[in-house]
Amino acid sequence: MELQSELLKINKNEYLAQQKSKLEDALEMGLTKDEYNLICEKIDKIPNITELGIFSAMFSEHCSYKSSKKWLKTLPTEASHVIQGPGENAGVIDIGENLAAVFKIESHNHPSFIEPYQGSATGVGGILRDVFTMGARPIALMNALRFGSPDQPLTKHLVSGVVRGIGGYGNCIGIPTVGGETNFDKSYDGNILVNAMAVGLAKKDRIFYSAATGAGNPVIYVGAKTGRDGIHGATMASAEFTENSTEKRPTVQVGDPFTGKLLLEACLELMNTDVVLSIQDMGAAGLTSSSVEMASKGSLGMNLNLDLVPTREDKMTSYEIMLSESQERMLMILKPGSEEKAKSIFDKWDLDFANIGEVTNTGRLILTKHGFEACNLPLEPLVEDAPEYNKPYEIKAIKKVLKPSDLKTNLTIIDILKIIFKNPNIASKKWIWEQYDSSVMGDTIFANGDSDASLVKIHGTEKKGSLGKGLAITTDCTPRYVKSDPIIGGMQAVCEAARNIASSGAKPLAITNNLNFGNPDKKNVMGEIVGSIKGISQAASYLSTPIVSGNVSLYNETNGKSILPTPVIGMVGAIDEVENSLKISAEPDNVLIALGQSENFKAGWVGCSIYQEIINKKYDGAPPPINLENEKKVIEIILKLNEQKLLTAAHDVSDGGLLTTVCEMLFKYNLGLDINLPSNLINCNCYDPLLQSWCFGEDQARIIIATKHIKKIQLILKENNIDFFVLGKTNSSSNLNLKDITTISIPDIRKLNEKTIPSMMGIKQQG
Amino acid sequence: MRSGVVIFPGSNCDRDMIVALRKITGKTPIKIWHKEYDIPNLDLIVIPGGFTFGDYLRCGALAARSPVITSIKNHISRGGTVLGVCNGFQILIEAKILPGSLIRNKKLLFTCRETTLQVQSCIENPFLSGLKIGECLKFPVAHNEGNYFAPEDLLKQLKEEGRIALKYIKQKDNEKNYNPNGSTEDIAGILSNNGKVLGMMPHPERAINYLHGGTDGLKFLTNCVEQIIG
Repeated sequence: MELQSELLKINKNEYLAQQKSKLEDALEMGLTKDEYNLICEKIDKIPNITELGIFSAMFSEHCSYKSSKKWLKTLPTEASHVIQGPGENAGVIDIGENLAAVFKIESHNHPSFIEPYQGSATGVGGILRDVFTMGARPIALMNALRFGSPDQPLTKHLVSGVVRGIGGYGNCIGIPTVGGETNFDKSYDGNILVNAMAVGLAKKDRIFYSAATGAGNPVIYVGAKTGRDGIHGATMASAEFTENSTEKRPTVQVGDPFTGKLLLEACLELMNTDVVLSIQDMGAAGLTSSSVEMASKGSLGMNLNLDLVPTREDKMTSYEIMLSESQERMLMILKPGSEEKAKSIFDKWDLDFANIGEVTNTGRLILTKHGFEACNLPLEPLVEDAPEYNKPYEIKAIKKVLKPSDLKTNLTIIDILKIIFKNPNIASKKWIWEQYDSSVMGDTIFANGDSDASLVKIHGTEKKGSLGKGLAITTDCTPRYVKSDPIIGGMQAVCEAARNIASSGAKPLAITNNLNFGNPDKKNVMGEIVGSIKGISQAASYLSTPIVSGNVSLYNETNGKSILPTPVIGMVGAIDEVENSLKISAEPDNVLIALGQSENFKAGWVGCSIYQEIINKKYDGAPPPINLENEKKVIEIILKLNEQKLLTAAHDVSDGGLLTTVCEMLFKYNLGLDINLPSNLINCNCYDPLLQSWCFGEDQARIIIATKHIKKIQLILKENNIDFFVLGKTNSSSNLNLKDITTISIPDIRKLNEKTIPSMMGIKQQG
Repeated sequence: MRSGVVIFPGSNCDRDMIVALRKITGKTPIKIWHKEYDIPNLDLIVIPGGFTFGDYLRCGALAARSPVITSIKNHISRGGTVLGVCNGFQILIEAKILPGSLIRNKKLLFTCRETTLQVQSCIENPFLSGLKIGECLKFPVAHNEGNYFAPEDLLKQLKEEGRIALKYIKQKDNEKNYNPNGSTEDIAGILSNNGKVLGMMPHPERAINYLHGGTDGLKFLTNCVEQIIG
């Protein structure tokens, strides 16, 4: 063999890459026997190793969505304000004034578990490239993180690494990280979730797409050089974990936010000229997925000379070049003759710029290396024939409704409240957020829990008398609800996201979703996938917030144990005048009113609540039901009240129920409140399950508002037939009183709230 | 008022500073690319924050070797005014335009939050002269290496020459975390010996409208512009 490769003047490994594959090679690359046979049949030959590698990447769950595609097609994706739905690098919506918001969420779960810093950093880098590939300047970053049990030793290491990684990339590239969610549950012990979301801003008529155009046009490679990092990352992301997964560390990509920043500026500068015909970032499956997708979307073909690809290491083979997931790279089709003009921009930013081939009309991907044909594949089977499985599923839902009286406890209301704020899932994430630059770009209005949604001003929309338009962004999911009832859980994630957007004063517009689940070959996991997609679809249709982009991450299991089903909803909304946006903190002499909760409210929903977890050390029972009509009503009324400038603050009721929400509204100014109780509860004591369920039940479709205009508001609420309950007026006492039943010191609870995460991380709190 | 903002590969607060200066002066500052040897006569040059050259090697070390630094030194020797914010401060230190060093934050973590600064009694300078000594200003910080360190003799010299311009200050007696990075004597910003160069870690350009949570940055930069125009 050595003789042959020498005779052919070709490097030994390249020679091997061009040899015919065997079934064993396919199995090793994560393909099944049936898939291998299908490939051989469709391309009418036995693929060589490079060709097989390309197929295995394109057929991976990560690229092909083979298990979820059937169900993803059922998601609502259209509305008059949708410019681009799923299928492009990111979704695009019209936000008025000739502007478009471009956004997407993406997971980097497996790499982040293996190498938390680089895994999460490249997650941020990758999602940013998805956004600026479309011609948008990224203006905000969000994230949704799930870690294992706080007392598991590895958790601390993972939290610290992931947080530093997210900050490391976002802070350096200069895009503010404005919020997100961080939760803990033992089901993520061996498989954390790192979902990063980016939002960008573009002119509506200057959006760039990935479909290749015009046979003969040059194919340009720009950005960083290609190295041996991340080879077969997409395949790794599509397999279950075992104890040996840390051996996969070399398949984790390495991020370089500095080069990312240069690439961002160079691409946007180039897009300001008129030479870019199409562009695609090299994300998962690198040069493979970018070239295949660009050519196939344009119904064309592509010839690439891999000897011209800038490489970081010597003697890289066609296989390695095609499957590397080195970061900070883009593929572009330029107008012929414009290469010099484009190159000068990339020279200015000290980035590689290489003309590596041309668009053809053959419908084939033809790659040459050392003058030999390393790959010659028809594109259709790569994209169109990727398997679509209809995997068996069973949607299991717990229907048993728990009554408050089912939960007997000797804990008082204060005891429970303290346990809630000692729970890292509820407690302040300030320790994490301070490690993210949230104010760079100078447009951040609310970040990191100041408001239910994070809010950024839209640069350049300032008008006389207004600071301009704003975008509101949130990420939400309550996995324990999804576990107990996938359909309700899916609906709840959408409704809570919409409530959060509305509570910031913005109108909910559209969704990007990140569906994180276990192994889809298991019936119940497939049931979680199908059920939550159904729930998301119903709620998103009803609330007119279509899904415009998203990502699916399956096989989140370790040694056969699955994570809690976690379909994260990233939602974007818009507000016309940012000065009308709402924070969560009430001010002195505000009246707090719970919208969506009636005067004769009898008891709170305890099933699947944080409260139930505290009492029973587990959650079971049916999760709180979702009434979409009520959800829509509460969202519409809050926007209406805010338009009339009647509100000071708003906060939606979610984890931990009403009393938790009220405390969070009082924290900032250490306010007090004598809270009104429904008449049936006035004579309860602080152990009474009925009163406790009122305090901590997690009934949905509720938002608490703070106002100085009580009379006007009551009138409007009555006119619009909205259920509401007046909780009382804030005062400067710093005590939250439940009649004579109990007195809660707000500063004490607030201290607990701020201490929880630092002490979990082993940091002694000062001051 | 003619101002310029220097841009290196990896600068990321350039736009924010341009927005702030335009808001105050009504004129858009010129952008100065790091490879420029010749820059026009300007009333104020600002080196904005960011991660120039990825902060590789040391923060500001590579930027301090860029051609533009020679032009900035010439501008300073002509008596010109320079403001360096965050990474801009780090660059001024690495270029040896300002003394001392900026090391990792004491807690070894990136920190982004609001800080309170107090105007110190110092030599005549165009940045603080219109403000009251002891006056407090609220600006955010966002950095990983903002822990100002000076050996004792240098510290003594800075004090004697009145070159400590801004310090982090506590708002309540029992406040412990008011200094975000553990800097020597709570130093947040220092001046050159002629008072015409100020390096500071906090970001005035991020506190220019009330939705930022305060407008002290606008006040600070407006005063600076007024002092320069005279």
